[in-house]
Amino acid sequence: MSESVIASQRGIDVAALQRVHFDRDAPLLEVDDLHVEFHTRDGTAKAVNGVSFTLHEGETLGILGESGCGKSVTAQAIMGILDIPPARVAGGKILFRGVDLQKMEEKTRRHIRANKIAMIFQDALSALNPVFTVGWQLGEIYRKHTEASRSQAKAKAVELLDLVGIPAAKERVNSFPHQFSGGMRQRVMIAMALALEPDIIIADEPTTALDVTVQAQVMKLLSDLQQDYRMGLILITHDMAVMADVADKICVMYAGNAVEQADVHQIYSRPAHPYSKGLLESIPRVDMKGQELAAIKGLPPVLVDPPPGCPFHPRCTFARERCQEEKPELYDVPGDRRSACFFWEEVISS
Amino acid sequence: MTTEASRPVEQPALGESAENVIEVTDLVKYFPLTRGILFKRTIGQVRAVDGISLQLRRGETLGVVGESGCGKSTFGRLLMGLERPTSGSIRLLGQETSRLNSTELRRMRRNIQIVLQDPYSSLDPRMTVGDIVGEPFDVHADVVPRKGRRKAVQDLLDVVGLNPDHINRYPHQFSGGQRQRIGVARALALKPEVIVCDEPVSALDVSVQAQVVNLFEKLQDEFDLSYIFIAHDLSVVRHIADRVAVMYLGKVVEIGTEKEIYEEPTHPYTQALLSAVPVPDPELRGHRDQIVLEGDVPSPANPPSGCRFRTRCWKAEEICAEQEPPLEERSDSAHPSACHFAKVRDVIHAVE
Repeated sequence: MSESVIASQRGIDVAALQRVHFDRDAPLLEVDDLHVEFHTRDGTAKAVNGVSFTLHEGETLGILGESGCGKSVTAQAIMGILDIPPARVAGGKILFRGVDLQKMEEKTRRHIRANKIAMIFQDALSALNPVFTVGWQLGEIYRKHTEASRSQAKAKAVELLDLVGIPAAKERVNSFPHQFSGGMRQRVMIAMALALEPDIIIADEPTTALDVTVQAQVMKLLSDLQQDYRMGLILITHDMAVMADVADKICVMYAGNAVEQADVHQIYSRPAHPYSKGLLESIPRVDMKGQELAAIKGLPPVLVDPPPGCPFHPRCTFARERCQEEKPELYDVPGDRRSACFFWEEVISS
Repeated sequence: MTTEASRPVEQPALGESAENVIEVTDLVKYFPLTRGILFKRTIGQVRAVDGISLQLRRGETLGVVGESGCGKSTFGRLLMGLERPTSGSIRLLGQETSRLNSTELRRMRRNIQIVLQDPYSSLDPRMTVGDIVGEPFDVHADVVPRKGRRKAVQDLLDVVGLNPDHINRYPHQFSGGQRQRIGVARALALKPEVIVCDEPVSALDVSVQAQVVNLFEKLQDEFDLSYIFIAHDLSVVRHIADRVAVMYLGKVVEIGTEKEIYEEPTHPYTQALLSAVPVPDPELRGHRDQIVLEGDVPSPANPPSGCRFRTRCWKAEEICAEQEPPLEERSDSAHPSACHFAKVRDVIHAVE
């Protein structure tokens, strides 16, 4: 019996992706005016409110924001792993190589999620299944998405663990997740994401749970692998320092809105939105002893009841009357960047 | 015995010790590792804190940094009297606190309080803010007369930047940053000399973190507090601390002023730790001296012989396995450093 027959008996349609016509010239990923809503008891929360960006090969896009700003929801929408309901994609397009992922059949999209777009989660311990060995979980990807047999899948798992720098991969492949340290577990997550050599990796706070020295190891591994495979990387984090080290361009999110999009150097040297500016001024730096931190006053808004006008205006030092009434669109700012602030000129020059 | 009477040695006119609010000498805490359900046998010990000696001066902030599992939180709990040390001495305002009975411990805690990391689990969800912040007055009934408590609690809420009218609200009605302020108000209630801050800002969002850090600084000036500031975020510690102790596997490997530790680190572990901290400046990318350590922290139940860092150290030689380097000033280190080969290396600034 040929392997493809075995595969189809297992209910796997490995050829599904070959029937999709990807446009090689289209950008790797294009998110256009994405809206995601959550229906809650207290009303509808607009978690993502019109976010657009483009990702090319070998590029690292950073999505920066605090908890509840919609950065993880954006990632989940791209992956197609939102909890529906209560979540709902209320509008917008997610195009992978020109193909709209949301119009795709679920069984085809399932193969997109490993072959083309893969994700690394923040908390590796809860993302991994505690009752199966790491090798089994890594091998599962090959068993479900390719025609590999069990023994082939296991051999691949060893290769992967070796690739992400886990010593004695042959023995460790039979270990359970709890037998690994935090950094090692995150390496397993990276291995899992890399398994089918996807074109895009989405890393959602990949190092937040790790110690600094381990964080440095993991970030280095991630960016080395990205270079080697020419992958597009979407890095989601709240840590401005980690972001400064790896991102090429950044999308800053606040209360579900993209408030600034620019090249990494521009954002850090001359932010064009009061929120990005405030974030930068409120973090202490290890390489200098600063004065009092310029904290952003107030708290992020509740998503079911956002303030009228610009969502940032109650905390903003540049706010005028206009900000309370009218919501600023994403204005084009010279230098191929965008800012959702009426007074971006003032912010840049301040 | 009143609080005043319990600190007779507080103001001797001579000696440096007058300035020290806390003196810790050879502090050790081992946790037993047991096996068996009915008949527990001790099969080993986790050496969480293994011989720490340091001082906290009045009005000073001592930062304690290190990675998870290095014993920094256990150290904080020992100071608070929440754990009994295996051996060693802790002197708070001149009084030995490591062997106190529960009545004496309660009295001691008027002078030392703690702010915990997680503002979600450190506040009782069934108590109102007024009950939480006022609870210290129930334990120490003589501090504020019963009638004045509501007013005292409202004053405390005002001091930490919360609306005093919210006294009847419950913790879930507050955001993370506000909850941490409640925790701070509770710690301030008894007007302690020392506050142990165990990762007080690491659970908070960036924009809120700065507010809470500023609050700690403001309160220090206002109430002449001394802080033990335990954190893993080296940038925050640099901002707030006057002196810094770096811990690795239950030991202090380097201690000095904020400037000495950050600008002139001499212990390889401190250097590796600092070089791994990312800096929010893309222009410095690839221009910093990055030391990426191999491997993981060894188990504190079975630490390496000699220097505990030697298994991951690039400078390690034979002597490191045989002889444990004491924490002392050395020819190439103006401040105490526990490395045979201590030498200054600037790791946080850009290199050419």
